[in-house]
Amino acid sequence: MSDSLNIPNPPASEAEAAPGAPIRAMQPIGLTKRILLWLTSMNLAVTLLMFLAIASVIGTVLKQNEAFSSYLDVFGPFWFAVFRNLSLFDVYSATWFVAILLFLVASTSSCVIRNAPSFLRDMRSFRLNAQEKSLRAFAHQTELRTELTPAMLVPRIQASLKSAGFSSRVKAGPNETLISGRKGSINRIGYVLTHLGIIVILLGGLLDSKMQLKLMDALGMVKVETANIPVSEVPEASKVPVGGLQAFRGTVNIPEHKWGDVVFIGLKDGYVVQELPFKVFVNKFSIEHYDTGMPKSYMSNVTLTDKATGAEITKTIEVNHPVHYMGYNIFQSSFGDGGTKLKLDAWQLSGKAGVAQPIDSAVFEKKNFDFNDQKYRLEFTDFRQYNINPVIGADGLEHQVNYGPSVTFKLRNAAGEAIEYQNYFFPITFKDHQYFLSGVKRSIGGQQQFLYIPADQNGSIKTFMAFLATLSDPAKMQAIAAQLIGDAGNATGTDAVASTKLTQAASASIAQLVEVFVRQGFPAMQAKIATALADRKLSPEASQQAEQASISVVRSVLERAFLDTLTQLGDKQDFTDKDAKFFDDAMDAISALPVYGSPILVQPMSFEQIQSTGLEISRAPGAIWVTIGSIMLVLGIFMGFYIHYRRQWILVKPEGRGSRMLVAGSDVRKNIDFDRDFALFCGELMTMTESKPMKDSSPTGSGTQGSPA
Amino acid sequence: MSVPKEHMMPMLDASMKKPVARLRLIDGIYALILLAGAYYAYANYGPAMGSYGSGTLWGAAAGLAFLGWLWPATRVLVAVVAVFSLLTLYQYGLYTPGGDAVGRIKLHEIQEGHFFLTYFLSSPAATMWMVTLFALAMPTYFFGLWRRSEFTLKVGSALVWSGIAMGFIGFFARWRESYLINFDYGHIPVSNLYEVFVVFSVFTSILYLYYERRYKTRALGGFVMTVVTAALGFLMWYQFAQSANTIEPLVPALKSWWMKIHVPANFIGYGSFAISAMVGVAYLLKEKMGGDGVNDRLPSLTVMDDIMYKSIALGFAFFTIATILGAMWAAEAWGGYWSWDPKETWALIVWLNYAAWLHLRLSKGWRGTAMAWWSVGGLLITTFAFLGVNMFLSGLHSYGKL
Ligand code: HEM
Repeated sequence: MSDSLNIPNPPASEAEAAPGAPIRAMQPIGLTKRILLWLTSMNLAVTLLMFLAIASVIGTVLKQNEAFSSYLDVFGPFWFAVFRNLSLFDVYSATWFVAILLFLVASTSSCVIRNAPSFLRDMRSFRLNAQEKSLRAFAHQTELRTELTPAMLVPRIQASLKSAGFSSRVKAGPNETLISGRKGSINRIGYVLTHLGIIVILLGGLLDSKMQLKLMDALGMVKVETANIPVSEVPEASKVPVGGLQAFRGTVNIPEHKWGDVVFIGLKDGYVVQELPFKVFVNKFSIEHYDTGMPKSYMSNVTLTDKATGAEITKTIEVNHPVHYMGYNIFQSSFGDGGTKLKLDAWQLSGKAGVAQPIDSAVFEKKNFDFNDQKYRLEFTDFRQYNINPVIGADGLEHQVNYGPSVTFKLRNAAGEAIEYQNYFFPITFKDHQYFLSGVKRSIGGQQQFLYIPADQNGSIKTFMAFLATLSDPAKMQAIAAQLIGDAGNATGTDAVASTKLTQAASASIAQLVEVFVRQGFPAMQAKIATALADRKLSPEASQQAEQASISVVRSVLERAFLDTLTQLGDKQDFTDKDAKFFDDAMDAISALPVYGSPILVQPMSFEQIQSTGLEISRAPGAIWVTIGSIMLVLGIFMGFYIHYRRQWILVKPEGRGSRMLVAGSDVRKNIDFDRDFALFCGELMTMTESKPMKDSSPTGSGTQGSPA
Repeated sequence: MSVPKEHMMPMLDASMKKPVARLRLIDGIYALILLAGAYYAYANYGPAMGSYGSGTLWGAAAGLAFLGWLWPATRVLVAVVAVFSLLTLYQYGLYTPGGDAVGRIKLHEIQEGHFFLTYFLSSPAATMWMVTLFALAMPTYFFGLWRRSEFTLKVGSALVWSGIAMGFIGFFARWRESYLINFDYGHIPVSNLYEVFVVFSVFTSILYLYYERRYKTRALGGFVMTVVTAALGFLMWYQFAQSANTIEPLVPALKSWWMKIHVPANFIGYGSFAISAMVGVAYLLKEKMGGDGVNDRLPSLTVMDDIMYKSIALGFAFFTIATILGAMWAAEAWGGYWSWDPKETWALIVWLNYAAWLHLRLSKGWRGTAMAWWSVGGLLITTFAFLGVNMFLSGLHSYGKL
């Protein structure tokens, strides 16, 4: 099967791979030697490669480094514990995974150490000690016969070897001459480069990994901080001085017009702080957009100051265009709000509704306030300048629509419960009508619902608030109701005194119904009407009619209140369709208020945007080794695959007046191209040496097994 | 066992003459034309290209010259693609200075207004031609194989060549169209799943044609074109069900020169692995049907085994380059060359798998059935890395969600 057995000085790995290997096991061998043999065995190498592949699959199927609680939810307590003990939630830094990698380094290194010397020796050798017997056993061999004498043949043979690209040597013996040719021997350097490249890459990668930090943590040299506190409050034990870590990758958020000189490196369930020898001052963070509203680029303009010399330099960091400074790399990695200044109006929704109070605040600030003897706290969490949302347009197609800027905040009550709101600065148009939107999220990750408050023709919230104020004033409502009933009463001409009393009672109860509607919503009002009617023991139809009648009375009172409000605001003579729509929308909004969950409506008025940029800063001394190793690997692979390492032997013996030649060849790769090339070489040789194949002999190839005589 | 002479003699057939270092006049002329073209482009557009861009330009000229020497037929392909791509540019109005971007609607009108653009040269038209030609090649090859008709098989090859030409023409047209829609959108069309499926089909076909010439057999065409046709089936579904062929702007992370070389290098890898798998299928079929015989339709098992090795070796080499380029790019875009992102990790898995395959072949001399099965299995792993990761796993490589 293999001609390597017959080659003097075969490469170790080939010999080992051959079935003849058990001979070794018979001899007593030392433990070190045995370990080395095991480490260099091809079976181990292939097993490790496949093992590594399978282990890597786990990390892609199982989402890595999530919060433990979410794994617990998915897998239940038993499997969670099993998986955690196997470090499956962070496979790639698990001890067993790193162990496989180190094993691979060990195995590859021992292979190189074991094979390289003999490969390099083999490269230089011409194997002039080959015996006729072994040459005859080659898969590629043939015998030629010529009338020329050996002495005449040798130069011709060397010339044909040379024209085929072989360099050659001659060993002249008493009754035979061996000419040996060799080419492409740097194929063997390819083997060394490939495997050394792998080792260099892995070691370079290891240098840049969290290994040193983990070691420091294990030795108690640094303490992981878990609290979310400002850098100034982080204890020294959790800080790493400049140069304390050879390699790291950390992140930091810096608002515009502020500076930072540390990065945070995530470790276990917290972080450590790495100090930097320079300050990063953020002049400006900006986002460019495509016409679709999709972001086109993110960039930070920063000024870097060397702490030691005070030297400054201003640079722009962009995605795909990092900045390299003092041996550190600075990348654009994320962005967020940096404490945008906000001016807002807090409109009361209950009590003295319709009254606004100005608030000055900023993102990340908290504002306490009391309302109806209850303590509340507003926590501003985010500001967004663009809110691109898909909206189905009039044409039935989806369009990206920008809702404009918004502010996100939490309203926390005394019990600590919070509801999250996202309020927009400007009214948003839906089907020709404008609304102020307030998104409500009751629980983290919950669905966001919207309160739509109609905007008036000036695009302001004032009309709605004035209307709400009217509705929330019981005296006003009673007066309106009385006026309405009075109008109706005159028409029927009832007794005046009785009617005044009746009117009073009726208008009081109508005002009550309105109050219930405003405070508790439409269903509550409906329920109240139903209980009032239940006392009267009416037939079901009559009761339903009476209910409808009451609702329509309330509705006309509300309409009148709306008209009064418009008149008060003084901007209205006639009642248009737009006003009717506004009224309906206002009704919807008001009946949604009781479930809105907030006693105030925070209407953002203006902002002064301050953004913050998320930078990733790293030091990667291993990167250069990874690059060097990669180049070695690629060069090695191409050399190994595409440079054919071949040998040709021609054994010349005098025979009669002429000579006879035994031609044999080998190629380390044993691919079929050599069948063709060997045949071609023999053809050339025959022309050059005026020879003919001996009887029963022709150039053979591995496709057709050679036959030892 | 002695070997009958007749069996061996074809080995010395003159047609087998080795492509020894022969450098002919035509090679020189061809190289000069390419360099002149590159010089023209450099002189006119050099300032806009930057150093990486210019490097790519000269590198492409030199690379194509080398390819033309290695494989003369590519010269015809390059000429055809060049002529028609220039015609496309001309029809789109190469000479309107400044007034480049016209928007989607106007672009559509321009396309409708020119006969050649409508039916042949615009990227939607050219790509549909590519799909049609490739899809026809598969049954043609199989029919030729069944009828033992050398002529039909030749038609198959002609279809593949034409499909490749149309694929490239559509590729360059799409590149230009992206700038015409909006200058900001402009990018080489290798940026999403739709675009890379076209790249995959073209690369796999061209690599196959190389082996077809090198081994002087058209018998494997039907097998290889089966994978290509399957990929195109997916492409058509993706286009019609998801409108995936719309030209969209790039997300900031993809706006990088590295993309231009990382993606094509990957697809030389994927294409080669696909070929080795399909040759593996042919190998297993032939073996099941009794192996080598006198009246063979398929190449001998030894030859198929050799093709499998050659294409895995080529694929492995380019996949290594692609992975390294990806790591370099990641170092620039994300701050670290290796993040164990699912796509990265699956690239590693594919690579380790073929590394194991190569070791067993090179060092233990494994050949035959087991290796054929393994290369078929390798395609499953490769497909998962290519498609499955986008479908089932999430990560930083979000260039093509399904
Ligand atoms: C990550 C680990 C490894 C990779 C990526 C790798 C890669 C390669 C490649 C690409 C080749 C063929 C190209 C050439 O010869 O230049 C090769 C050949 C080879 N490798 Fe590895 N290798 C690895 C580990 C090992 C180990 C651990 C051993 C030791 C058992 C080993 C032993 C060999 C041998 C003996 C050859 C054949 C050399 C020849 O005959 O030309 N490799 N390897």
